[in-house]
Amino acid sequence: MATVALPTRLKDAAIAAGLALVLAIPFIGLFTVSTDQGLVVNSRWSWVAWAVGLVFAGRLLLGAGRDALAARANRKNNEHIDLTNHHKNNRILRGIAIGFVVFIVPVFFLIYGGASGIQIILALVICLLIGFFLDILGGFVLPALKKVDRSSVGTRLTRAFMVAALLFAVTLPFMPYSDRYIIDLGTTVLIYILLGLGLNVTVGLAGLLDLGFVAFYAIGAYSFALLSKFFGLDFWVCLPLSGLIAAGFGVLLSLPILRLRGDYLAIVTLGFGEITRIVILNWQGLTGGPNGVSGIPRPGLFGLSFERRPPEGMVSFHEVTGIGFSGEHRLMFLYLIVLALVCLAAWVINRLRALPVGRAWEALREDEIACRSLGINPTASKVSAYAIGGMMGGFAGCFFAARQGFVSPESFGFIESALILAIVVLGGMGSQVGVVIAALFIVMLPELGREFADYRMIVFGLAMITIMVWRPGGLLSTRVPTVKLDQKGA
Amino acid sequence: MSLLQLTGVRTNYGPIEALRGVDVTVEQGEIVTLIGANGAGKSTLLMTICGQPKPAAGSIVFDGRSIVDLPPHETAKLGIAQVPEGRRIFPRMTVFENLQLGATLGDPANFDADIAYCFDLFPILQKRRDQRAGTLSGGEQQMLAISRALMSRPRLLLLDEPSLGLAPLIIRRIFDVIADLNKTRGMTILLVEQNAYHALKLAHRAYVLAQGQVVLQGAGPELLANPEVRAAYLEGGAH
Repeated sequence: MATVALPTRLKDAAIAAGLALVLAIPFIGLFTVSTDQGLVVNSRWSWVAWAVGLVFAGRLLLGAGRDALAARANRKNNEHIDLTNHHKNNRILRGIAIGFVVFIVPVFFLIYGGASGIQIILALVICLLIGFFLDILGGFVLPALKKVDRSSVGTRLTRAFMVAALLFAVTLPFMPYSDRYIIDLGTTVLIYILLGLGLNVTVGLAGLLDLGFVAFYAIGAYSFALLSKFFGLDFWVCLPLSGLIAAGFGVLLSLPILRLRGDYLAIVTLGFGEITRIVILNWQGLTGGPNGVSGIPRPGLFGLSFERRPPEGMVSFHEVTGIGFSGEHRLMFLYLIVLALVCLAAWVINRLRALPVGRAWEALREDEIACRSLGINPTASKVSAYAIGGMMGGFAGCFFAARQGFVSPESFGFIESALILAIVVLGGMGSQVGVVIAALFIVMLPELGREFADYRMIVFGLAMITIMVWRPGGLLSTRVPTVKLDQKGA
Repeated sequence: MSLLQLTGVRTNYGPIEALRGVDVTVEQGEIVTLIGANGAGKSTLLMTICGQPKPAAGSIVFDGRSIVDLPPHETAKLGIAQVPEGRRIFPRMTVFENLQLGATLGDPANFDADIAYCFDLFPILQKRRDQRAGTLSGGEQQMLAISRALMSRPRLLLLDEPSLGLAPLIIRRIFDVIADLNKTRGMTILLVEQNAYHALKLAHRAYVLAQGQVVLQGAGPELLANPEVRAAYLEGGAH
């Protein structure tokens, strides 16, 4: 790519600024205020000017940055052509660019939150640093995974990262800064990670789209709710049962859709999700309909209850251990249960990937015809993918019911399916670490914006678009091979 | 007894008759070639052997057993491996993982030896072992597709246009390997080809297919010299 002349750059920036102007007039320039006379439209043209100026400057900078990159890349290419190394050169500039894009989001918050100029600048710097750090991390880890000769460094780094993350997750509830809210939020994140891991089996690994994954979540939740209501079973008995029941429904779903692909598959799975919800909503006698099921028992620790007054036949945790009663203990315990479930799910799925069944899933995603010619039974692979995915969803649902103590059909709408799918797609199809990061992102982002409730979804959408532009294949789009031999041994 | 025997096989795609009563036999240890123009039914014939689509009439007997009713993954279990048209490797998986998948039906005890054999056959694959298969060149992908099929130690290897879209030099290499497989390993091969010159040169026997029927058959070199075949498939064609 040759360096582009300055007039061209200016023209390019002017076009971008013009576009920004057109968009900014209705979106930024005009706003409504409700007064005694009803809604009144007010204007703030200085803001528009700022926005246009920012876009102009940003576009110019971006262009200049790109030129610099191209020049460097050219130099580098003349020395030796190395495609995998190619983008390492522009990591720093890209980090800045990403930081720049990412910073728009919090500035948006801060302006509406009435933050001072210094706070905004501080936030900007932090975001730049985060973007910078993320990109350096990405630039370091991803080529390391791709390039064989650096694989040992890469794997060690990823492992270190994972250990750190796990350590953080395990110790989180015991940290002094962790209050009810943080533990609760952590639990929510972990539920979504569990759901994401489950859907990742069907969508990410086996390549079978599922727009109705929430059905398994609902089935798991209602399995526990109803089993405890009618048979008095407790959480630890119902957990595997819920998983099995959801897996059974997974098998049931997979049978009619064995021959479907693409759009048709999407529609049938979507229907499955909706049918499940509607059946639950209307089967008053069994599920309580819109009233839901309440009074679901809380999980205990080997017969120890976390309630202040334990139910009959149980001893309470605080009496046995002598630790003073605190409502937070129950939350911490729930958090640790779901953390353990997530770890177990991640481990099992990772193991399955290296086994013939998991490899068959991935092969199925890649090429069904080739699969058959190699003697892989596509039917069995599809059924098992839906069953395993559904089982994870069932576990998540069972836990959800135990945590809430109450389930109703409202928790299992299509938006949940969409969110879980977004987690898988954003994370990079098939990547487990990607699911974790995306779940954090998807659950935390609306939480961060809670105070700006009106703008939450805008920011959410903006962030999604940013990611799709920045990383079209998802955050971690590089598939990690299930086996890699030691290069020295070859 | 022949290893593979097709008698009166008819295959339809809806109202269209793709195969109209084909008789083909493949003996143990032979290379048999099917040539014919586009749409003659060559690929359909291979796919019918594999089990999809199912023939409307006729019998397919492999090693004394009727395989007409078996789905593709079941025929594969009997020892029929197909190298599909257009290679169809698993692009996002590494070369090594592709080979592992090829060994799905193989005996795990043979795995190391088979991998070594494939790497010996195509040394480039060893160099590319941990690379994503989608990043290989067309020729390398074809080598991978053949190796992948060999990993299950098949008794009959079906090759569907292995020369498709490859450079002449690579085509020669691929055909050398096919001949070598047959000579040193005694592999029975049924080869479908557009590249009639190469395919006939190495075939023990060959069939010429036209509009879903066998119009000519004979020893490979014999057909190569046949004026009709020369006129239809060779004169002016690429060598």
